[in-house]
Amino acid sequence: MADVIKDFPLLKRKINGKPIVYLDSAATSLKPQSVIDAQDDYYRRYSANVHRGIYAISEEATEAYENARKKVAGFIHAPSVNEIIFTRGTTESINLVAAGIGKTLIAGDNVVVTIMEHHSNFVPWQQRAVGKNVEFRILNIDKNGKLNLNDLDTVITRRTRVLAITAVSNVLGTINPIRDIVKSVRRISPHCLVVVDAAQAVPHMVVDVQTWGADFVVFSGHKMLGPTGIGVLWGKTELLEQLHPYQYGGEMIAEVHVDRTIFKKPPQKFEAGTPHIAGAIGLGTAIDYLQSIGMDNVRAHEKEITGYTLKQLSAIVGLQIYGPKTAEDRGGVIALTVKDVHPHDIAQVLNEDNICIRAGNHCAMPLHEHLGLVATVRASFYLYTTREDIDALVEGLEKVKRLLSK
Amino acid sequence: MDLYRDLILDHYRNPRNFGHLDKPDVAVEDHNVSCGDRMVMEIKFKVKSLKSKAAIEDIRFSGEGCAISQASASMLTEKAKTLAAEKILVLTLEDIVEMLGTTLTPSRVKCALLPLEVLQKAMIKV
Ligand SMILES: Cc1ncc(COP(=O)(O)O)c(C=O)c1O
Repeated sequence: MADVIKDFPLLKRKINGKPIVYLDSAATSLKPQSVIDAQDDYYRRYSANVHRGIYAISEEATEAYENARKKVAGFIHAPSVNEIIFTRGTTESINLVAAGIGKTLIAGDNVVVTIMEHHSNFVPWQQRAVGKNVEFRILNIDKNGKLNLNDLDTVITRRTRVLAITAVSNVLGTINPIRDIVKSVRRISPHCLVVVDAAQAVPHMVVDVQTWGADFVVFSGHKMLGPTGIGVLWGKTELLEQLHPYQYGGEMIAEVHVDRTIFKKPPQKFEAGTPHIAGAIGLGTAIDYLQSIGMDNVRAHEKEITGYTLKQLSAIVGLQIYGPKTAEDRGGVIALTVKDVHPHDIAQVLNEDNICIRAGNHCAMPLHEHLGLVATVRASFYLYTTREDIDALVEGLEKVKRLLSK
Repeated sequence: MDLYRDLILDHYRNPRNFGHLDKPDVAVEDHNVSCGDRMVMEIKFKVKSLKSKAAIEDIRFSGEGCAISQASASMLTEKAKTLAAEKILVLTLEDIVEMLGTTLTPSRVKCALLPLEVLQKAMIKV
């Protein structure tokens, strides 16, 4: 994939004369020139509001915005474009769903999340459960960082109303078998809604929401080469029709009278106010870019890089890797610790060579507590990650050890 | 190699005043949840009746943290032994930066400050 590098302006930048080794794509991805240009073009040439004006540039903006929605629908194989709701990102998408479903939870119900969830797919559910006599249940992992699927039968009950689950862990890299899990859940609790956090999946592999069979799927634009501030909620039409609106305002209204309001149908029902028009257009362009490469190729590249990294890192004494052992079972995310060295120090020393990795709990504190850790460092990859980046990481980690091992 | 200067590395590898006191007058613990740092300070005072004169007879710190927080704690405990309570209570980030002899990026400020915060909490507990 060496030829994609030229498409990412940030990779041309140098700090203190040295290039940037960007290994934090799980936090946010770099942006290709075409995405930057698409947003720029909107602001320069047709920056009108959508769904409002009769004049040419407003029609143009509306068409570009709705066209982006179509691209998203195609990208995740949604049966209808009206099932695509633009949000601010994964976090807002989950909160939107949780707010709507939360209203319908009653005493005796339970909601289930996994221990590997990002806070944004953990806390909204936990907070809906507390104080309501709704049980908040956890699906745990085994020592290889895979979900204990044998426990599904005990954790999920007929009173389980929601299973909130990530498709790919942003720490362990574990790829969860969503399709099989949804099938099992349906068997145990036919009315349980399955909400899939696909923030680390949609950017990196082919996702087909119909194959998964889940009820809601959410992700962020900025992790898939798109702009920040735009994300997606996909939901089944009949569920979106039942779900309560999240915010009220312009754009989402069919009729307002002094005594009542009739909302538009989805997706407009959930898009109150002027949306992030440039963001949606940028996201559409990011999808064009990914499709020009092919998601199978993106996945194959990341698998190759992940396998290479696992192999190179295994040679470093005192280094511990968390999560599944093989690249086959994991996305391009590797969390690790170095014996006796605090993760912040690792990140800081690597920064001296412009190696960007993240240190902390990666918004997955329950998972870290489960692992008995306060923090890890995490390297994460994308289609522009090269073996040279990994070599720089390995060399950097050796330097960390030389400098800071006691 | 600005942040991990020899002085900081020396205090990190060979921390001064690390461990516990037999019968401390105060012991205070605090955390930096986002970093996972934990810092405990134990102090024995020379005179503890007069607040402002509560000079330190002996001090120990313990806990876990990054090199910056550990070195900061090591240097600070040394410095604290030479200062009167009222001086310790007015120490600021600038003093810590000067003590460490380095510049701190915003994300590391709270690592460097944790020991001072714990120490000052302990001092007002007297
Ligand atoms: C698995 C997962 N879920 C949710 C999020 C939150 O995404 P955002 O901050 O874009 O809302 C992230 C990334 O930060 C993530 O990795």
